[in-house]
Amino acid sequence: MSEFFKKYIALRRHNFRVMLKKAKQRKMCYLFLAPYAILFAMFFVFPVVASICLSFTYYNILETPRFVGFQNYIKLILEDDIFLISIKNTFMIAIITGPLGYILSFIFAWLINELPRWVRSVAVIVFYAPSIAGNCYVIFSVFFRGDAYGHANALLMNMGIIDAPKLWLIDPTYMLPICMLVILWMSLGQGFLSFVAGLQGVDRTLLEAGCMDGIKNRWQELWYITLPSMKPMLLFGAVMSITQAFGVCDVTMALCGYPSTDYAARTIVTHLFDYGFSRFEMGYACAIATILFLIMILCNKAIQSLLRRVGT
Amino acid sequence: MSKKKTNPSQEVYRKKLLRRRKPNRSIAGDIVLYLFLVLVALIMAFPIVYAVGSALKPLDELFKFPPTILPKHPTLDNFSDLFVTMGKSWVTFTRYLFNTVFITFMGTFGHLLVASMAAFVLAKYEFPGGNTFFKLVTVAMMFTGYVTQIPNYLILNKLGWIDTYWAIIVPAFASPMGLFLMKQFMEGLPSALIEAAKIDGASEWTVFTNIVMPNVKPAWMTLIIFSVQALWNNRASIYIYSEERKTLVYALQQIQSGGIARTGQGAAVLVVVMIVPIAIFIFSESQILETMASSGLKD
Repeated sequence: MSEFFKKYIALRRHNFRVMLKKAKQRKMCYLFLAPYAILFAMFFVFPVVASICLSFTYYNILETPRFVGFQNYIKLILEDDIFLISIKNTFMIAIITGPLGYILSFIFAWLINELPRWVRSVAVIVFYAPSIAGNCYVIFSVFFRGDAYGHANALLMNMGIIDAPKLWLIDPTYMLPICMLVILWMSLGQGFLSFVAGLQGVDRTLLEAGCMDGIKNRWQELWYITLPSMKPMLLFGAVMSITQAFGVCDVTMALCGYPSTDYAARTIVTHLFDYGFSRFEMGYACAIATILFLIMILCNKAIQSLLRRVGT
Repeated sequence: MSKKKTNPSQEVYRKKLLRRRKPNRSIAGDIVLYLFLVLVALIMAFPIVYAVGSALKPLDELFKFPPTILPKHPTLDNFSDLFVTMGKSWVTFTRYLFNTVFITFMGTFGHLLVASMAAFVLAKYEFPGGNTFFKLVTVAMMFTGYVTQIPNYLILNKLGWIDTYWAIIVPAFASPMGLFLMKQFMEGLPSALIEAAKIDGASEWTVFTNIVMPNVKPAWMTLIIFSVQALWNNRASIYIYSEERKTLVYALQQIQSGGIARTGQGAAVLVVVMIVPIAIFIFSESQILETMASSGLKD
């Protein structure tokens, strides 16, 4: 046994020395990488670690952090009803808009794939524009305005469906559906672009071969040829849409106000802002951030292992 | 795609089966699909058209009942109002505009430089730690920036950058998305090109600036559009509290909270805010799609 360990350590030491030598040869690589690596460590790696550490403390910026164990988490899950509402809302939004937005991105990318070149580029602009149009979603607050001048109210009143204007963005029953609608409208984002580009790169000879081998319609072609050859893009698109789906806050804050009536449009990120930057309970806010972080990473891993089975 | 040499027998096969129509497509299906696409495109474009429409409406048309979508007598009054009425407030509209332009320009430029340098070595050289680092970057793409907001605030506070432009500009340099796309695209660059330059005696820096960068121009445009999109729409209300350093999107919110009387101006700012990213995208679409073709996430 001890001999085994000795060998193991010797091997390790040897590997380490080889690595060091290689690293010395490639000194300039590290120089090129350094600016990015330092900034990345400072604004992405370190904050995640710090956030996890701070989540076990009570910290209000003025005093030094005080260790409180799991108290923040216990309070979050057992006592904070508003957090539970925000979790519910976030999951509702994520479960509906995430997969739907992802599938829509793919379907539209696939449908416009066969259009002539210039039509395709116009179509890409039209579909992609909402997600880069910045704060264009605030126009929906005019559209769904609570008085009779709002388009939604005017339209429904003219058609005789409702007789008094509805408070679309103030009444909790309509808030979430409207937010989801707006998020779906914006969901053809980077994943969509990736799909469009990926579909262009699918090998034509494969399609011809499939035709010879007895693929009959476009659905079979999609499942057996197109999807498997796009797997990397599918993974990329999934990462993008999960990240977006769980990070929802801009739309709900802009449309339904912050805080919204009865917290009906509160999401995890809104809750995080509330505790972090309104109440300055940084430890508590970090606990929220850590939970959000775990949800996102786990979700991504799960979806990725699911997507690897596509087309097999 | 690449043109392959085809032998005569393949030529015959092509003509018979594929010349007129693609395999596995029916005409009826195509027509239904096109109609469907046009319908969806109209729905997608509607809010943007509506926003532009309201920005061009004169005041009396904004509050018509029933409301209209396109203006009958389009004017540019709302845009000139932005400069005239807001010119009198102590932070003028042009100042907000300048802040946003400055932040976007500096952030995008720095991001392009820093991310390309890192992407170059990650894509073209094998060195210990390189792969691990890249994996870390892909993990960073999996969570939103909101997760790190509080520690970021504390770090920026320690650095004394709170309430300066740098609080927004410098973190934007390290955006993982840009590095990821740039690295994937650079991997497609033939290594022989770099080796040839080295044999001719070029240093690493010369290889980077004179050989690699000119050859990845499509990826530049992609990094630029994503970075501009993120920075241009940055509200920055957490890191910046002085009124004279706030951004355009913040001004937009202020104008909108100004209520009914400011509706026209609100729509005008909205158009100013959204026109820039869309315009950049329209001009660089083909290059961006070329980059996105290599965006796949491999295991």
